[in-house]
Amino acid sequence: MPAYLLGRLASLILSLIVASIVIFLVLEVVPGDPAQFMLGLNAQPDTLAALREQLGLDQPMLIRYVNWIVGMLHGDFGTSYTYRVPVSELINARLGVSVPLAIISLALTVIIAFPAGIIAAARRNSKTDVAVMGATQLGVAIPNFWFAMLLVLVFAVMLRWFSAGGFPGWNNPWLAVRALTLPAIALALPQASILARVMRSALLDTLSEDYIRSARAKGLTSRQTLWRHALRNALIPVLTIVGLQFSFLLAGAIIIENVFFLPGLGRLVFQGITQRDLIVVKSVVMLLVFAVILVNFVVDVSYAFVDPRLRRQR
Amino acid sequence: MTVEIAKSIAPEKPDSLWRAALHSRSFVIGASITAVFVLAALISFAWTPYNYAAQDIPNKLKGMSAAHWFGTDHFGRDVFSMIMVGARTSIAVALVAVGMGVVFGTPLGLAAAARRGTLLDEIIMRANDLVFAFPALLIAVLITAVFGPGAINAIIAIGIFNIPVFARLSRAAALSLWTRDFILAARVAGKGPVRISVEHILPNILNTLVVQVTIQFSLGILAEAALAYVGLGAQPPIPSWGKMLADAQTLISLAPHVAIIPGLAIVLTVLGLNLMGDGLRDIFDPRSRRSRQ
Repeated sequence: MPAYLLGRLASLILSLIVASIVIFLVLEVVPGDPAQFMLGLNAQPDTLAALREQLGLDQPMLIRYVNWIVGMLHGDFGTSYTYRVPVSELINARLGVSVPLAIISLALTVIIAFPAGIIAAARRNSKTDVAVMGATQLGVAIPNFWFAMLLVLVFAVMLRWFSAGGFPGWNNPWLAVRALTLPAIALALPQASILARVMRSALLDTLSEDYIRSARAKGLTSRQTLWRHALRNALIPVLTIVGLQFSFLLAGAIIIENVFFLPGLGRLVFQGITQRDLIVVKSVVMLLVFAVILVNFVVDVSYAFVDPRLRRQR
Repeated sequence: MTVEIAKSIAPEKPDSLWRAALHSRSFVIGASITAVFVLAALISFAWTPYNYAAQDIPNKLKGMSAAHWFGTDHFGRDVFSMIMVGARTSIAVALVAVGMGVVFGTPLGLAAAARRGTLLDEIIMRANDLVFAFPALLIAVLITAVFGPGAINAIIAIGIFNIPVFARLSRAAALSLWTRDFILAARVAGKGPVRISVEHILPNILNTLVVQVTIQFSLGILAEAALAYVGLGAQPPIPSWGKMLADAQTLISLAPHVAIIPGLAIVLTVLGLNLMGDGLRDIFDPRSRRSRQ
C-alpha cells in the first residue's frame, strides 16, 4: 500500500507541474499587452513601462513562472488587472456560489439516479426498466444550457416560482438556495442520467455473481439479496463516478453560470478572458485543474483502499 | 447442438451483419434520425427554402406557417433554412474533431500496445491521463478565447479531448489481441510490430472504434453547441444551433419557438447518434447485449 500511495502521489505532483506549465504557456501566447489594456490606448510610454515593471511583466518568462507558482503555494494568486484587488479575494467570493452549486447539483444527481438505477436493475427488461433507460437516453442528449432555458421559460417566466437569473448573496440563505435551484437542476439532469445507467449496469454485474446465488440459495428473498449484498458491492464503481462528477460540476458549470448570470468561478474565468485579465484566468484555471486532479486522486486512492485487488495490479 | 456450436464459431458474413442491423431497433431508429440530419446538411449546399442570411425585419419572430415552416427569428430569417445550414456546421465541426481523435489517438494507442510496458507506453498513457484531468469545457473555452473564436479553433478545442479517448480505447483493445495465437503466428512469420499493428490489430479493433466514433460524434455536437452558445464557435453569419439558442434566449417569452426548435434539433441528432452507437455495439458484439440483459 505505501508503495502504491507514493507512486500515485508522485504522478499527482507531476500532473500538477505539467498542467501548470501548459496553462502558463497557453496564456503566454495571448495577443495583447495587459498593461496597455489597463491604461488604455492613450497611455504614455513611461507609465506603461512603470506598470509593466510593477506587474512583473518585464521579467523573463522562467522567473515569472516560478514567481507565479511560489506565490500560489503561499496563497498569493496575484492582483487582478481589472478589479485591482487580490485574485484570492475574487476567488473566495466566487467559491460561495460555485461550491454550493456543485454540492446541490450532486445531491440532486444522487437523489434521482440511485432510485432510478436500482429500480431499473431490480426489474430489468420490465416496462419500468425500458422507461428509465429511455429517459436516461434523452437526459444525456439534452444540452444542459437548453434545458436551463426551458426551465427559465416554465418556472421563471410562466409560473414565476423562481427568478430567471442573478444571485442575491448568502445574507438570506432561503433566497440564495432558491437562486441556485434551477441551475442545479439543469446541471444535474445529464449527470443523473449517466449515473443511473452506471448504477444499473453495476448492479446487474453484481447480481450475476456467484455469491448472490449463494445468498438466494440460503433462503434470502430477492429484495434482501439486492439490499444486503448486491447494492453494497455495486456501490464501488458508482461512487467513483460520483467523485468524478463532483469535479466535473465544480469546473463544468461555466456555461450554466452564463445562462443564469451567476457570479461563480466559471463566469469569473469567462470575464477574465474577455477583459484580458490574464492573471485571473491563469490562477482560476489552475485552481480548478488542481481541484479536479485532487478529487480524481482521492477517488483513485480510496478505490484502492476499498478494493485490495487494485493495489496489487498496478 | 453441434449445429448451434458450428454457427457460433463460423465468422459472421457481411449479409448476416446487415440482417442483424435491420433487426436492431436502436440501430434502425438511430440511423434514420442521423440520416435525416446528414441529408438536411447535404441538401443545404444546393437548396434551402430561403437564403439563410436574408433578413426580413417586417416579418420577424413569426410563428410556424406554410411560408416559414419553423417560423422566423428576430431578424426575420427563416428558421428552417438556418436549421439546415446549422446541421452542416454541427456535423462538420464534430466530424473533423472526432477525425482528429481517431487520426492521432489510434496510432498512439496501437504504439503503446505494441511497446507495452516500455517507457513509450508509460509516456503516452500518462500524457493521456493528463489531458483527461483537465476540465474539458473550461479548456475549450480557454483555447477558443486565446486563439480567437471560430469553427476551426472550436474543432481543435474539441478534438484535443478526443485524442486520449481513442488512444486508450485502441490500446486496451489491442492489448488483448497481442496475446492471441494469430498474432504470434504473424510474429513467427517475421512481421514487425508496425506491420502487425496495421495489418492484423487495426482491422480487428475497427468495430470497437466505429462504436466509439458515433458516441464521440454526439458528444462533439453537444460541445460545439455549447461553445457556439457562449459565442466561441462558428461566427455569424454562419448559422449554428448553439448560436441560434443564444440569440433566442432573451426572446424566449416572446417567441418560444425560436428557442425550442434549435434545441430539439440538437437533442434529436445526439439521440439518433447514441441510439445508432448502441445498435452498432449490439450488432458487432451480440455477447454484450446478452450480458446486459
